[in-house]
Amino acid sequence: MKKILLAATAAFTFTAVSAQAAEHVEIPKEKWSFDGVLGTFDRAQLQRGFQVYKDVCSACHSLNYISFRNFEALGYSEEQVKTLAAEYEVQDGPNDEGDMFKRKAKPSDRLPKPFANDALARMSNGGALPPDLSLMTKAREGGPDYVYHLLLGYEEPPAGVQLVTGMSYNKYFPGHQIAMTKQITDGVVTFADGSPNDAAHVAKDVTAFLHWAAEPKLEARHSTGLRVTLYALIFAVLAFLAKRRMWKNIPH
Amino acid sequence: MSTEKSIWKKALDWHEERLPIISWIDHSLGTKYPVPRNLNYWWNFGSLAMFMLAVMIFSGIFLAMNYTPHVTLAFDSVEHIMRDVNYGWLIRYMHANGASFFFMVVYIHILRGMYYGSYKAPREVLWWIGLLIYLAMMATAFLGYVLPWGQMSFWGATVITSFFSAIPGIGDSIVTLLWGGFSVDNPTLNRFFSLHYLLPFVIVGLIFLHIWALHVPGANNPLGIDATPADKIPFFPYYVMKDVFGLAVFVVIYFTAVFWFPNALGEAVNYVKANPLQTPEHIVPEWYYLPFYAILRSIPNKLLGIIAMFGAILILFALPWLDTSRVRSGNFRPVFRIFFVVWVIDVLILGWVGAQPPEGIIPTIGLIGTLWYFGHFAVIMPVLGWVETPKPLPASISQSVLKAAE
Repeated sequence: MKKILLAATAAFTFTAVSAQAAEHVEIPKEKWSFDGVLGTFDRAQLQRGFQVYKDVCSACHSLNYISFRNFEALGYSEEQVKTLAAEYEVQDGPNDEGDMFKRKAKPSDRLPKPFANDALARMSNGGALPPDLSLMTKAREGGPDYVYHLLLGYEEPPAGVQLVTGMSYNKYFPGHQIAMTKQITDGVVTFADGSPNDAAHVAKDVTAFLHWAAEPKLEARHSTGLRVTLYALIFAVLAFLAKRRMWKNIPH
Repeated sequence: MSTEKSIWKKALDWHEERLPIISWIDHSLGTKYPVPRNLNYWWNFGSLAMFMLAVMIFSGIFLAMNYTPHVTLAFDSVEHIMRDVNYGWLIRYMHANGASFFFMVVYIHILRGMYYGSYKAPREVLWWIGLLIYLAMMATAFLGYVLPWGQMSFWGATVITSFFSAIPGIGDSIVTLLWGGFSVDNPTLNRFFSLHYLLPFVIVGLIFLHIWALHVPGANNPLGIDATPADKIPFFPYYVMKDVFGLAVFVVIYFTAVFWFPNALGEAVNYVKANPLQTPEHIVPEWYYLPFYAILRSIPNKLLGIIAMFGAILILFALPWLDTSRVRSGNFRPVFRIFFVVWVIDVLILGWVGAQPPEGIIPTIGLIGTLWYFGHFAVIMPVLGWVETPKPLPASISQSVLKAAE
């Protein structure tokens, strides 16, 4: 009972604190491979970012809109995706006997959630609900820049700031008191390709991965956009010339 | 050349005798529709608005094929469109940004009418139908914004529908009717989806009336004087070609937003699924409502605020009579021009105020802006018509055009 009360209080203060974000913190701009007219995802970075998600974030955060089959976009082959999916177990059923059963995940399965339901997630996290990350880089003002700096923005609270029990101080979080403790630290993961794994690089990689998760069609959008817009631009020039010629002898 | 009619011509004549639809199109937007020769590029925005309506209806039909109007599935089905439907991301981004661009185009179209006096006799009914289209657009856009069932969808719907509770006596019943229950919930989403699909076709009907009402007096022009037959040229091919050029330029700008800044005009928090237990920090409507939202909030009394908000649009219906000047075009009204620009700036300020949290000096600026907004129509426009000395009008469009060409 006491535990539930504590969780409820923490949940209340969590929302109350995040609601009073009056001051504005400037979020520095970062460089991303997906910026610009023809920006694309860096496949190696996405794979590293996925490793960070898998080893660190996925303990608490779901990625509800992602299926294993989507990971082919990260540069994995069909076989690799099958192998990856088979590392997970998902519930299926009911079978002919009416029983639910566990089986190895298939590429068509969604990524399993870390908690069976929101109540369990809250109970396990001091009353705070770890949000789903599928759309995180689009669901916050500042986008990927915000997510990146939030992951690194943990600081000692300034003098006079009283932290609620269980909360951490974060420079970029609205209201500054965040229920997630610092997760991205130097060497928190080791990358197979030997890429630098200091906190800044790890945060960058996982943010790029999350942006892919939020906007998986970004590359198609950029390349289609360039072709379509160039076509329209050329058409506009031709239309202008045709219009001018047509109107030449019409005083207007 | 042979005088023998081709088989196609014969077939066409046969059909035209029975249903003269080709002649009707030709008279509506073809070679038999004479238009003043001196229209400038501000006259392109009517055809652009029609183009945007077509884009919205076509993209909307395909979205509706893949969308599920249920509180547990709506948000997920939008993500399904974004991720799994072929070119679903393109259709959705065209639709979501299309709403903003439709409003931009229509706002310019309305401002053009206001500057060149297109609402004055004999075009009052044309103006009214235009305002009805605008009201129907506002309703359609609001209903559509609720459908993705994000946080701002839900809370925007809650706030806007609650306005009606301020109506004395029957207000609460109206709100219950809008909601289909006692809070914004599944019945609300279902009826909003149904109405969001219905209203665009009401707009299509109104556009037929709008064009009909346009053809009776014919188009106004930048000089604002009546055009003689010699002043006119056929709509096809001249204005069709000009509209095609304008459309191509517009499409480049629209596509730039769709392909590179698809979420710039949206609220980030609407990518969070609706949660009735958690209110977002700021509830802001889409940009195209902001001036009216500012008027609503600047008046401390809820009922009066709502009356002022609706009044801000309704007063436009009376504009043909509030403007007492007989001169149509702002080009010949030196004082009106200044007040017109000041009014546009006032509306932009109100739009900015609408986006700010109502703290400190903001409500005061909103109140002054609101007073100016109404004062412009209720005081400045009538008085200006009496006291202002307009510049001399040219005798005819041809005379003015030929003089400029020399």
